Parts: sequence; C-alpha cells; structure tokens
Amino acid sequence: MTAWARTAADGRLPYHLLIIGAGPSGLAAAMAAARHGARVALVERALFGGTCLSAGCVPSKTLIRTSRLYREMRDAEQFGGRTPDGISVSFPDVMKRVRNIRSRLSLQVSAERLTTMGIDVIVGEARFAGPDSVLVNGDVVRFKRALVATGARPRRLPVPGLEEAGYLTYEDVFDLTDCPKRLLVIGGGPVGCELAQAFARLGSRVAIVQDEPMFLVNEERDAAQLLSDALARDGIEIHLDTQTTRVHVEGKGTIAELVNSGNRSTVAVDRILVGVGTTPNVHGLDLEAAGVAYDDAGISIDDFLRTSNPRIYAAGDVCGETKFPHIESAAGRIVAANALFRGRQRLSRETIPWCTFTDPEIAHVGMYVTEARRRSIPVMTFTVLMHEVDRAVIDGEEDGFVKVHVRQGTGEILGATVVASHAGDLINEISLAMCAGLDLMTLAKVNQPYPTQSQAIRMAAGAYAASRRHPIRAWLTKKWLSL
Amino acid sequence: MTVHIGDEELLDRLERGAFGYFIEEMNPRTGLVSDTSREDSPASIATVGFALASYPVSVERGWLARDDAAARTLTTLRFFQGSKQGSDPDSMGNGGFYYHFLDLESGRRVWQCEVSPIDTTLFIAGALTAGAYFDGDAAAEVEIRRLARDLYERIDWEWARHGKTTVAQGWKPEAGFLHYGWEGYSEATLLYVLGLASPTHPLPPASYAGWTSTYQWERIYGEDLLYAGPMFIHQFSHAWIDFRRIRDPFMREKGSDYFENSGRAVDVQREYARRDPNGYGYGPDCWGLSAGAGPGFQTLHVGGRKRRFFEYVARGVPFGPDDGTIAPAAALASLPFRADAALSAVRHYIELYPEWADTWQLPSGFNRTAPGADSRGWVSTGTVGLDQGIILLMIENYRSGMIWELMRRASPIGSGLRRAGFRGGWL
Repeated sequence: MTAWARTAADGRLPYHLLIIGAGPSGLAAAMAAARHGARVALVERALFGGTCLSAGCVPSKTLIRTSRLYREMRDAEQFGGRTPDGISVSFPDVMKRVRNIRSRLSLQVSAERLTTMGIDVIVGEARFAGPDSVLVNGDVVRFKRALVATGARPRRLPVPGLEEAGYLTYEDVFDLTDCPKRLLVIGGGPVGCELAQAFARLGSRVAIVQDEPMFLVNEERDAAQLLSDALARDGIEIHLDTQTTRVHVEGKGTIAELVNSGNRSTVAVDRILVGVGTTPNVHGLDLEAAGVAYDDAGISIDDFLRTSNPRIYAAGDVCGETKFPHIESAAGRIVAANALFRGRQRLSRETIPWCTFTDPEIAHVGMYVTEARRRSIPVMTFTVLMHEVDRAVIDGEEDGFVKVHVRQGTGEILGATVVASHAGDLINEISLAMCAGLDLMTLAKVNQPYPTQSQAIRMAAGAYAASRRHPIRAWLTKKWLSL
Repeated sequence: MTVHIGDEELLDRLERGAFGYFIEEMNPRTGLVSDTSREDSPASIATVGFALASYPVSVERGWLARDDAAARTLTTLRFFQGSKQGSDPDSMGNGGFYYHFLDLESGRRVWQCEVSPIDTTLFIAGALTAGAYFDGDAAAEVEIRRLARDLYERIDWEWARHGKTTVAQGWKPEAGFLHYGWEGYSEATLLYVLGLASPTHPLPPASYAGWTSTYQWERIYGEDLLYAGPMFIHQFSHAWIDFRRIRDPFMREKGSDYFENSGRAVDVQREYARRDPNGYGYGPDCWGLSAGAGPGFQTLHVGGRKRRFFEYVARGVPFGPDDGTIAPAAALASLPFRADAALSAVRHYIELYPEWADTWQLPSGFNRTAPGADSRGWVSTGTVGLDQGIILLMIENYRSGMIWELMRRASPIGSGLRRAGFRGGWL
C-alpha cells in the first residue's frame, strides 16, 4: 500500500503494466513484469490467487485426494488387503484439510510476498477512467499498458425453482460443513464430474445430470465412455442427454424434474450443485471508457491477447477461454512479454495440456482427431491400453489408454489423449516432445525405468517405430541373421 | 461334447435355425416380427427388415415355397404402405421413417420410442432386397417391387437431417429431433448410402463427409483399423453391401477397405479376449463383445471381486463397457471376414452349451461370471431377432454371396456408394 500511495501521488510515473485481478493470469503477468524491473501494479478486490486457490483446483484436488483414499480403503481386497471395518467419513476433518492446504498454498501469493517482488499491490475495485487510466478507491492510476484478468463467476442456470430451492456452485461448495446425504450435480464438465465422484466416494448418494449424450463433450468419445463407466462404478446415478426442467422443495428435500428425449422422471435430493460453466466478469469495469470491446461471452482479444484498445490486454476466464489455471498463467506470461517489449507471442502457438482430475484422470494436449481431419490433415493414432502396461497392472490401475495422434506417414505429433490414474503426469512427456519439436521416433529411443506407467508412451512410440520399418530393411535384416 | 459335423452342415443348421425365428415370430396379419422371442415383445422394424431379406434366402435354400415367401413379403409391405404417417403420436412413423418399436398387432408406437432412421434403414434394406429378388411377372411379385420402391422413395432423408450436416438419431413427437446425429463410424454406413441414392429426397454428399469427419484410424494391439468398439457396428451394413475392394476417400487414404477393416476388428476382439484384462474367462475361441442382452444392472461380489453387470447395452472392445457378457452373434456374423475364428468360436459355444443345438438359435448373450441357472453362469432368455437376422444374412453371404449380389445389381446401393465417393472393385 505504501508503494501504491507514492506512485499515485506523484502522478508522473504511469505504471508500465497495471493488472486488474490477482488470479493465475494476473499473478503470472505481475511476477514476469516485476522480474524485468517494470513498474507493476496489481489490483485485487478480494482474494489473491483467484478462483483456482480459493474455490477451484486447490480445494477440489484436496477433496479428491481424500475421496480417493476412501475408495482405496473400500477396494483393499482387490490388492490382497483387508477392507477396514466400519469405514466412516468425518466430513469436518476432510474440509479442515481443504482449508489447511488452501491456507498453506496461499502464502506463496500473499500481498506481502508480492510486494517483496517489487509489485505494488492495491486492494480495491478498479474501473477504467479512460484509455490509459483506472480509478481505484477514488484515486486515478495511470498506466502504459494494462491487463484485465478479472476471471469469471459461476454461470446461472435458468431452471424454474432453482433459485428458490438454493444450490451450490464451485464458489461455496467447499464451505459445506456436512456432507449432503443426497446430492444432485447438474453439469457433466470437469467440475461436475470431479465433484460428483469425490462426493460419492465421501458417502453422498450422487446423481449427475448432463444435457449432452456424453460427459466432457470436448474430449474423445472413448475417454468419455471410460469416465461414464468409472462414475457408475462409484455408484453415481447417471442421466446423460437429460435436462433439468424444474426444481421444487418438498418437505426437507428438493425434487428435481428431469426430461430425457421426452421421458420425464424425478430425483429427490438434499443439495444441488450446479457446474455448467462460467460467466466472464466484464461488468463494473467501465470497459467502455477504455474503448475495450466485450460482450456476454467475454472481452474480445486477438492471438496476442490484445483487446480493441491496443494498450490493454485481457487474459483468462474474462475472455471466455478454456478454463484451466495453467493456461491462464501461460497467457499472463505472454501478456507481460507482449505488453512490455512489443512482443509478438501468440497464445495459439503454446503447447498447453489440460487434465480433468477424475479417477481415472483424462488429459489432453494438442489437436483432437476431429480437428486435424477438419484441417484435412491425415491422422494415424497409436493406442496403448493401460492393461498392456506392467506397472498399471501392478498398481491395479488398468482402466485407460494412451492415444498419440501423428500426421500420417510421419512422426510429427499432432496431439495426444491419456486416460489413466496419473494421466495429468503422463501427458507431460508428450507436451515436452511437442514443445521441443521432437517426433514420435525420438520418444521411441528414450529409455525409461521399469516398471513405470509412462512406459505406455514408450510403447506407443515403439508401435510407431515398428510401423516405419521399411520392408526392404526388414528383408535385409532377415537375410543378415540367416547367414 | 464336440460338434461332430462338418462346417457346411454346421452352418446350414445355424442358418436354418436363425430363419426359424422369422417364421415363429412373424405376425401373419401385419407381417411385423417380434423384437425378441420373449412374451409380450413388441415388433422391431429392423427385425422386419432382416425378415424381408431372409425370405429370398429361404426360397433358395428350399425352406419356403416362392409364393409363400412372396405372400409373407407382400403382407409386410402392404401393412407399411397403408400405415399412417405424421407428427401425431398415433402414427406409425413420420417423414417416411417408422418408430423403432411397434405393437405387433396394431403397428402403433410402444414404449414412447423414437422414429428411428437407422432402424428404418434396416427395414428398407430388407424391402429393397425383396424387390430385387422377386423379379417375376406374377402379380404378387410386381406389387412387391412397386411397394418396395414406393416405401423407399417416400423416405424424406432431408427431413431427418433437419438442416444439419448429419442425420439425426431419432425424432419424438414429445421432444422433436434427438439433438445428436449419426457421426463417427457406426452401423450407419448403409443409412448414408441409401439416403444419398434417394431419387426423391436425397442426402447431400456433404452429409457423408460430415459423418466420416469424426472417424479415428488407430493402431490397437498391432492392428491398424477404423475403430468402433461393439462388433455389430462392423457387421450390419455388411449384411447388405459387399465392401470388398471398394473404397471411399477415407479408406483410400488409409489403403484399406471396410471389409478388411471388419476382419481386423475381429482380430482386435480376439486379442482382447486372449488378454482378458478383467479376468472373465475369455479366450481366442471365447470372444465377441457387442450389443446384446446382459445379466441385468447389478453389482455383485463374485470370486472375491466386485463385478458390475449390465442389461441390454452395446459392449465394446477394448474400451468397454465389458461385464463379461459374450454375444454369440458377434462371432458367428463375422464369418465372411474371418471364417476360421468364427467357426472355432461357435463350436466352442456349442460345446459349452450343447442344448443350443436343440434349436440352433443362439441366445443374445452368455456370461460365465454372472450367476445363472447352473455353474456355467448366466444365459439370456429367449432369442433376439436382430441376432438371428445378422447371423442368417452373414452366413448366406459367406456361403453364396446372395444378398450382396442381389443388392449390387438391383438396388440404389451402387448409386449411393458412388455418391459417397466409393470407387474400385465391383463398382
């Protein structure tokens, strides 16, 4: 606050980069800019770390970890162990761990720490006063470049009776003190699927409603199929291709009315969790004053993350982009480079993997086959089932696969999908190869310790290498060995 | 028990047994055929299509007199021709398509089912088979040809596309079009071929391109193939179309064809069975995951393992779902693609369940892990018309190529294939 007060007071030193929003994009941009010695201001109205830390990845993955522990306890016999008698879940203890982890990780992005990095931290609401200035707590702050990274909030679902009955979103589900006995999850995207599985494993009777014929609509059909099977194994009642048409309170419970291709049904629950996407936080910023174009889908940006005002950039959920924190961080770093050094870095050139942390996890990087075919790129996919991988068999984690897509006739990796217990880790080897421009043949030459689950990738590469063996060479080899 | 008869004798009994289903389960007044042999089963329009294609086979095999087969065919086609079409629930269909399941007596929709383009396709393929076979001058045969043509030409394929690239998977009076289409490799090749060839309401070539746009060419267990999990997907269109050495743009790009692709699908099925990752007791002669009946939705502890079982679902290889249920038709209907694998599997099944040789009608499914009447596990009750239909046609195609030949020379198949971009071979 001291630094902020001094800069605002003299008014002659506009910030090189002023950032609105201390989520992953804003923090990444602020830290990168500060490392270069730029004058940086970071304005945040609520919590540092953004949704990811307070109500996103950090609490949800913490909850998932505990839920996986309970699943493993119940499945102990499949590992030659004994299922403990009387397994019971202490939900307050589960949530206590969530809060502890959240507090611990928040220290890394505290205002104090950011200040020591040379970032002027300002707590307050920012709104644009003009094309090169914002108003914060009644003071005008000028900038040479600005980044809007105000994130998004849960999208509301216009279902009659839902508001009256009340519902949870990712913003408040981690404030629960009791585990709902019966939970309805509306939405079959990453958030809905992850939390449905976690709550089921923690003892809730969970039903999940998805208005598409499969979960995770952007993922491969086989991945979605395996996820459906996994959720069903956890005892989750699955309603695909189904809409929630009405909700009403009845006694102590809530009744949700569902319709599937004209067939009507109801489900009685205690709580409803809605995870149907987000709405960008574009209002209240006076973007018009800065000449920044936006609509309900978010702020419009180009591939360099510039808005319609070339001084102002935008990144993350406020642009309606894919909602993963590491993508936002990458975007933040690009903004710092482009804004401060007239850089020409493009977000589309980044190799960005993502992962849904269900069990099994579903990770992807690069192109999907449909996208490649739309661009008339001939594709060949090398598939390895996890039950072919010794370590996955040993670990009892055989559900899943590795699919590596290459340009047909070459080893150029176009993309990959991994469904496995640790898919989020496995995908990194492919991401590294793509980022470094390595082809699949090179991965075939990489030695790996045995046994590891990442051998699935080595096996896919090996299948590719075998496919490239020229018949004449094979014939010559055979001749040589017969001498 | 070992099946001590030669392959030809074995196939003859199985084919004749399958045909018996259509004699036993046909309603003589409407020509409709039950979906299953279970009591109170409604008719399935797809099963009617298989029945229509089976009558010419029965004539050639000497099981039915030609005029008897023509009379059964005529009864069926007249019933469909006289059916009410429209958007009200009392109709038998809409846009020239029909509801998936119909009351066996009245032809009225049951189970709030959908108007089904794919099941209508299988029905009309049967009608066109009859139209191609009954080429005589007798009044009945002339009428069969006319009705088959009229029923085909009144199908409004464009209506089923409802402004989108691909054909919708269904329509309901309560909900309109189901909001997903036939995309990605499936049994719907035949649908697009017939839709493209329509002289009245054809699909545009772009619809076929849209359908193939989500194809995935994969190497699985060392086999390069256009992937689809359930075996029936690799069989149903092949009952009517001879895909040997004809290729669309996708298969030209991959240097393969759909017939060889189905053979590779058999290889993947067998390799999955050999590996048997879930420990269900599969093996090289115990394979065949496909759509079919199952032990019912339940979770049981069997042999110290928690097992989930399903009802009638489309099981697939290698990504599942897999609950240990084998569909015998999946192996037997693979006869044209991998004869040795199909024959050794069916001999194995009959050794396991010798009572199947009483009727030579294979059940929809068996599961040696799920509890059943005896130590051999669960076996589905009754038989399913689709299973008997695909078994019959694929045995006949393997033995004589009769259905393929009929559809080559006297149907819209050739024209539809060309519009889809197929070249080479018999085209």
